[in-house]
Amino acid sequence: MAYVLHPTGNKGGGDPSHAVIQLKPDGTYVLLIGAMDLGQGAPTILRQVAADALGVPIEKILVSNYDNLLPLSVSTSGSRVTLIDPHAVVNAAEDLKRQIREWFAQQHEANPEDVEIEGETVYVRGDRERTVMTMEQVAMGAAWGGGYEPASLIGRGAWQPGKYHAHDPETGEMPNVGAISFGAALAEVEVDTETGTVDVLRFAQVWEVGKAINPLLVRQQINGGYCIGAGFALTESCYPYFPSVEYAPEKMGDYFMPTFEDYPQQMIFGIEEVPHPNGVQGAKGFSEGSASGPPPAIASAIHDAIGVWITEFPITPEVILRALEAKQAGVES
Amino acid sequence: MKQQVLTFILNGEEVAVLVTPTETLLDVLRERLQITGPKRGCDDGECGACTVLLDGEPVRSCLTLALTVEGRTVTTVEGLMVKGELDRLQKAFYERGAFQCGFCTPGMLMVAKSLLAKNPNPSRDEIRSYMAGNLCRCGSYEEIIEAIQAVAAGEY
Ligand code: FES
Ligand code: FES
Repeated sequence: MAYVLHPTGNKGGGDPSHAVIQLKPDGTYVLLIGAMDLGQGAPTILRQVAADALGVPIEKILVSNYDNLLPLSVSTSGSRVTLIDPHAVVNAAEDLKRQIREWFAQQHEANPEDVEIEGETVYVRGDRERTVMTMEQVAMGAAWGGGYEPASLIGRGAWQPGKYHAHDPETGEMPNVGAISFGAALAEVEVDTETGTVDVLRFAQVWEVGKAINPLLVRQQINGGYCIGAGFALTESCYPYFPSVEYAPEKMGDYFMPTFEDYPQQMIFGIEEVPHPNGVQGAKGFSEGSASGPPPAIASAIHDAIGVWITEFPITPEVILRALEAKQAGVES
Repeated sequence: MKQQVLTFILNGEEVAVLVTPTETLLDVLRERLQITGPKRGCDDGECGACTVLLDGEPVRSCLTLALTVEGRTVTTVEGLMVKGELDRLQKAFYERGAFQCGFCTPGMLMVAKSLLAKNPNPSRDEIRSYMAGNLCRCGSYEEIIEAIQAVAAGEY
């Protein structure tokens, strides 16, 4: 069994993301954000956040995140995107709504504070009958002008968890301005003491993620993290940790990542939600942490099975057999 | 190198294409016919991302010389959809999130298709061993197994 504390985002602060949301002439929105998708689903989550912030169905939001012309999101790393980028999206949505209110007030000779945006309906409070327009009409009016003043309705937002703090030179301490996610991993293994092979029979992993904005994506990250972690624990050797340079992996087949057959007989995942004050809707990132749980959990299950603590990864059959030999000879590994 | 005409059935339609003897089926599909469903993961027979069905059997198109498919039937992921409807496996993969980056998915779908054709109700172990030649770096194995089981159970 292993517990993981996984800091998400840059511990000492800094590390911002930026977003732009543009109202298109047909009343749909384009969200521009640099958060790269590696398969973890950043655009899906950010679309969800934008739809919630604007009070419109998700189908109305198109997201573009595949171009270096887009606003900066510092990186897809350190499980930072779900913690940080949603703030930039929400800020851009608020900025856009402010502009819509101003434009609308100008067209109807009203105060921006009196303009009400209810999802896809806009009107002046107290004068709804006369002023009400759909967002599509607003978008069209602002884009094409004609009887209205043209305006570029483009919201911008940026956010970072806090200003950057360096480590304290004396103590090495650093304030945690991001968020920490908590995980627990449990492994049941079978060790063949004759061949040294380790078979993970069952594996369970539970993560406390603040808020699962998209539970299916969270589940994928937990189960996918197992594969990365199990490879690290049992099979994958990287330079310079293979026996010597001549054995360096040159192609995929030399580098043993887990296959279907290395996958446990039973896989259990769990999601816990305790909303975090720094997250939009309480959400924080966690994904990289799900790869950190399996190696120590597997190592401790091996200890439980054969009574030796293995202190190196990957735990190949050779490592197991040497450890067993050492144990027999009375030397602790 | 001298080019020859290769004729075969691709996703239900006869195609004729000029190829050289050293080109693989994957080269011809991707570069000459713009069929980019089969992916070039390793080009070495190790990952399974390039898997297509040849007369219904899964083969690695990166290891198959193009000229050996003369007159035969090749199905790629592009051929799974029928009349604009996704195949049951595609629906299950999509709804159950059986992929993250999706790079391995075209190969996974083709192997799963052939598994269910041979064994309509495979156990978890049978799925694991039949699919073992296809790698998924994102580790979507669990969701893939469940998607295949859901199709076998008639949920799609
Ligand atoms: S590309 Fe053919 S097996 Fe990897
Ligand atoms: S989904 Fe990314 S490799 Fe399988």
